Amino acid sequence: MSNALSFTNVRAGYGGKMVLDGASASFAAGNVTGIVGPNGAGKTTLLRVALGIIAADTGNVAVLGRCLKECSREYLSRSIAYLPQEGSAQWPMLARRVVTLGRMPHGARDDGLSAIDDAMLRADVAQFASRRMDELSAGERARVLLARTLATQAPILLVDEPAAHLDPAHQLRLMELLRAEAARGVAVVITLHDLALASRFCDAIVVMQSGKVAAQGTPAEALSDAALANVFGIRAIRADGGAVVPWARL
Amino acid sequence: MDGVLQDNVEANPATGAAFARVDHATWLTIFLCVLALSLAAISFAIGPADISLSDLFGGLFASHSSATIIAREIRLPRALLALVVGGALGASGAALQGLFRNPLADPGVTGVTSSAGLGAVIAMYFGLAAVNPIVLPACAIAGAVATSTILYFLSRANAERTALILAGAAIASLATALTALAMSLAPNPYAISEMVRWMMGSLKDTTLADFYLAVPPVVIGIALLMWSARSLDALTLGEEAAFSLGVNVHAIRRRVVIGVALATGAATAAAGAVSFVGLVVPHLLRPFYGYEPARLIFPSALGGAALVTAADIAVRLIAPDGQLLVGVMTAMLGAPFFIWLIVRMRSEA
Repeated sequence: MSNALSFTNVRAGYGGKMVLDGASASFAAGNVTGIVGPNGAGKTTLLRVALGIIAADTGNVAVLGRCLKECSREYLSRSIAYLPQEGSAQWPMLARRVVTLGRMPHGARDDGLSAIDDAMLRADVAQFASRRMDELSAGERARVLLARTLATQAPILLVDEPAAHLDPAHQLRLMELLRAEAARGVAVVITLHDLALASRFCDAIVVMQSGKVAAQGTPAEALSDAALANVFGIRAIRADGGAVVPWARL
Repeated sequence: MDGVLQDNVEANPATGAAFARVDHATWLTIFLCVLALSLAAISFAIGPADISLSDLFGGLFASHSSATIIAREIRLPRALLALVVGGALGASGAALQGLFRNPLADPGVTGVTSSAGLGAVIAMYFGLAAVNPIVLPACAIAGAVATSTILYFLSRANAERTALILAGAAIASLATALTALAMSLAPNPYAISEMVRWMMGSLKDTTLADFYLAVPPVVIGIALLMWSARSLDALTLGEEAAFSLGVNVHAIRRRVVIGVALATGAATAAAGAVSFVGLVVPHLLRPFYGYEPARLIFPSALGGAALVTAADIAVRLIAPDGQLLVGVMTAMLGAPFFIWLIVRMRSEA
């Protein structure tokens, strides 16, 4: 499986504070890859570097095989769709208009484009097209915002903490939708705090600690007892299907 | 599969509703345009001079008559400037609210108008305005740029929206205090009366020269805001999401700050600090334009033009002696509206 996004020995931070300290990781097309780690480990910063929001001081980032430094803003916006943490729309726009914003990298407005209808169907929000965002529940809003990213039709989808603030049913629905995108060949990268969701839905896991990648591999490999103890300071129990359930602090 | 088909069936009427909304919005824009022009015609028609409408309109095209002086030198500049000032403030308010993602943002509330007024008063106080007519609007624009830049850096530092408004209030208070200081040190009473005009906002005694000086920066300012409009829609999703959609967030901020400073600065140089127009108008129009910042800027300019013209008509009808200033009228309407908006936002939160 080819790598859609890769980081090699990346150092980056904010001002004088270094957050990523030699991080190396790769994310394959057609996979859901979860990035897990304690608060401040550099998960969101890794996504910000890939988007070009902050520049890497050293190291290399490759987007679809092209060096990030050589990518234009237009190329990046068409290659990577991004759903930030606690995504919201400030003004209560119609759901369809929010999804239409996903076509901005292609310079297109809402001309009844199939990409918009398709994205709304895939995220199961077509029925909300003419509803205002403030009329929807948190879970429905999250799916509309996901549809906005799908409308871009980017080969890489970065999602920052999509399950936060959602009830379990909506969490599972969202994760299923992300898995469906991966099945279409999209490289889906998710930062998660919920180890059970990560181990249940991700094909691969990247464990981050203090700006470095501490472990990487399948959920069983990356979330080994040793990794959980070293990185999170916890012991977990493993449910049927391999889902990791944090159980006790060490 | 049935579910997908069902969704498709349900999606179509929804899409149709969205298009129908576009039609309503277009009609509303046309209505606002007609309303603003009609109010301008009424504004042109009213005044203390006892002169018939036919003589007044004839005076516009005649070469030498008392009607010509009243029509061209007094009524026409006042009516045209009301449109320009209102348009500038309405568009600026809509753009600031879109940029800061804050329904409370307005050139007056954020201190941009007061700073522009201070710039104009400084130009008056130091006699710079007498050097060249362009110096006064230039100083007003410089004042507006200074405050807009402070707001820009505060928003870059991710200041909360309440913090932005409080910072704007502090800047407005400082600008007003410095303007009052300049007034108390002013060398002659005439300067004081002029300065009062800039503090409170008035279209009285404006000339065609004021209009000609105001139009270019206001037009350029509004053009810059409209150029940024589509990106303001993306900013609705937050700055990082907008960035990921290919929006150069810093460039948009700079463009909006400069656009607001040009439009508000020039409008304030011509008519003084006319407050709350940029707050009230976008808020009233927003539901009709699907809450989309991009679609709101031009209608807000039209709505602002109509509101300021209507307020200027009202002050002349209420106090024909000219004692009531247009800025006082808009503040009397806008301040309670501002408080109501805060109360509503708190209850929604």
